[in-house]
Amino acid sequence: MELSRVVLMDLHRRMVRIRLFEEAAGRLAEAAKLPGFLHLYVGEEAVAAGVCGALTDQDQITSTHRGHGHLVAKGGDFNRMMAELMGKSTGYCKGKGGSMHISDLNLGMLGANGIVGAGSPIAVGAAFANKYNKNGNVAVAFFGDGATNIGAFHEAANMACALNLPIVFACENNEYGEFTPRHVTMAITDIVDRAAGYGMPGVIVDGMDVVAVHEAASEAVARARRGEGPSLIEAKTYRFYNHHGVQNLGLKYRSDDEVAEWKQRDPIFSFEERMVEAGQATTTDFEAVWAQLRADIEAAIQFAEESPLPTSDMVLADVYTLMGAK
Amino acid sequence: MATERKLSYVMAFNEAVRQCMEDDPNVFCAGEDIGAYGGVFGTYAGLQKTFGPERMVDTPISEQAIIGLGVGAAVAGLRPVVDLMFMDFMLVAMDQIVNQAAKIKYMFGGVAVVPLTITTAGGGGLSAGAQHSQSLEALLCHIPGLKVVYPSNPYDMKGLMRSCIEENNPTVMVKHKRLLGMTGLVPEERYSIPLGVANVMKPGSDVTVVAWGRMANEAVAAAEMLEADGISVEVIDPRTLQPLDTATIVESVRRTHRVVVVHEAVQFGGLGAEIAAQIQHEAFDYLDAPVERIGAPFSPVPFSPALESHYLPDARSIAAGIRATLARPLVGG
Repeated sequence: MELSRVVLMDLHRRMVRIRLFEEAAGRLAEAAKLPGFLHLYVGEEAVAAGVCGALTDQDQITSTHRGHGHLVAKGGDFNRMMAELMGKSTGYCKGKGGSMHISDLNLGMLGANGIVGAGSPIAVGAAFANKYNKNGNVAVAFFGDGATNIGAFHEAANMACALNLPIVFACENNEYGEFTPRHVTMAITDIVDRAAGYGMPGVIVDGMDVVAVHEAASEAVARARRGEGPSLIEAKTYRFYNHHGVQNLGLKYRSDDEVAEWKQRDPIFSFEERMVEAGQATTTDFEAVWAQLRADIEAAIQFAEESPLPTSDMVLADVYTLMGAK
Repeated sequence: MATERKLSYVMAFNEAVRQCMEDDPNVFCAGEDIGAYGGVFGTYAGLQKTFGPERMVDTPISEQAIIGLGVGAAVAGLRPVVDLMFMDFMLVAMDQIVNQAAKIKYMFGGVAVVPLTITTAGGGGLSAGAQHSQSLEALLCHIPGLKVVYPSNPYDMKGLMRSCIEENNPTVMVKHKRLLGMTGLVPEERYSIPLGVANVMKPGSDVTVVAWGRMANEAVAAAEMLEADGISVEVIDPRTLQPLDTATIVESVRRTHRVVVVHEAVQFGGLGAEIAAQIQHEAFDYLDAPVERIGAPFSPVPFSPALESHYLPDARSIAAGIRATLARPLVGG
């Protein structure tokens, strides 16, 4: 499949948006300007960008505790995202969700999730609704390699296949479940091996190559739209920063060489190099993208910093939907 | 004028579901054995024949995914009714119930609407053993974002179930297994009973008894036993446990000055403790005796009928509790 320049530049833009948002968030966290936990998506941009680039606003995704990248890739608004991370009333969740529960239902982003594996059953529900309503929409469940060790994933994958739902299971295999390497926690190397056990096709893609991810995702999404059921994509990827925050406690759990090796394969820079080599874009084109998005991020930080904190009366608001209200 | 038609508790549930499905194409049901088989207690009997397998969905034995199916579908605009066969099984799905369904609205800043009904069967008395007999409603009532409903009779069942389905929040409807065959007058026409409104099952003046589910019926039986001795018992069935109609209970206690709270669940840390605390706070100056609690002893539900009959409160033990409360002399009296 030859992707058009418009599509390629769109995928690039999604990746750069994620990178800039996450690096800004990391800097703010290090400056103690963000409360709570922060799980950064840097390094894995090609996965969210490649998959979400194959989706419409009506298609739904469920996300993980490393969820900013998914919302950004789905078109999330920097201002409302940054405000949410700062716990401001103008944030996506009015400051009640924070990093781990950031969401935008209008974009079909059904929430980051603080519980590993919990998003997949919810994606099954969204996919069920799509099939029920015959609307042609597809749900994507994002999850990590570690989540496939959790019962919720198994239940979701099996049910989705049993009910033949329009869903794609998108695994970000970054080789670590929090701080423990994959080989310690499972006896298989490839998550995709699990797919056959549910009766769905599975494919491994280079998660550092946005084009490869996008092509695999487009195929899986098209298959789901045609009513042919679930599939699994395993994207081999890597997180450049720590499990949470940038440096954590500084305890060693992976080698500098390993990190450096993966950084050599930076999904954004490697993409830019290939585009320039192929004559499809110039460094100036890319610089313009970075410059514009940097300005957007600066504006978002300012917006968030200037936004009001929620007032105490908001603690009890939104626990329940009041009858007659929507 | 309501039709004089008798219906069982289980078929009152079934009729409420059927009528809601007729009224709203967004309502569907999913769970283990609820489709082709009709539910292990016959709760969903005949519905798949009417509404087809797309709306009466047989699922794998996957409690987390069953609730997740409901949560995702609800957020996506449907009005799911998902069934957990036994209340004990909800423990397998607690993450989806507590961390997901209950919190999504709040965590998302109020944007999400989760019109999800979870149905399940609770309570003992069938020698079903420790994993098929529990009364775990207190766990659910502790969770902001959930509503909890526990009908004691067929009429309430039909009206409350309709309200659960119409409700725009995640709601757990608990059916008591021992009440499934109970019959009573149930109008054929559609009606709903608002959540959060208690029912005074029997008015009285000497003592108030608060009880729900099967225990509400046991409390009425106890009240009838005591009538012969000239003791007038007011029995209040909260019907909805979250939100709890504290006002009706407090109003009654201010009149009777004595109160017994009964539940089938283990007494320690049960919902009775919360109700007792609310009463002492709202009606302290009106009480002539400490709030009495009657619940199960602190053990798993035993299997043998010989043990379980001692374990569960019943009309006799409730009557004894009421007598003890009434026997407590007033200070200086």
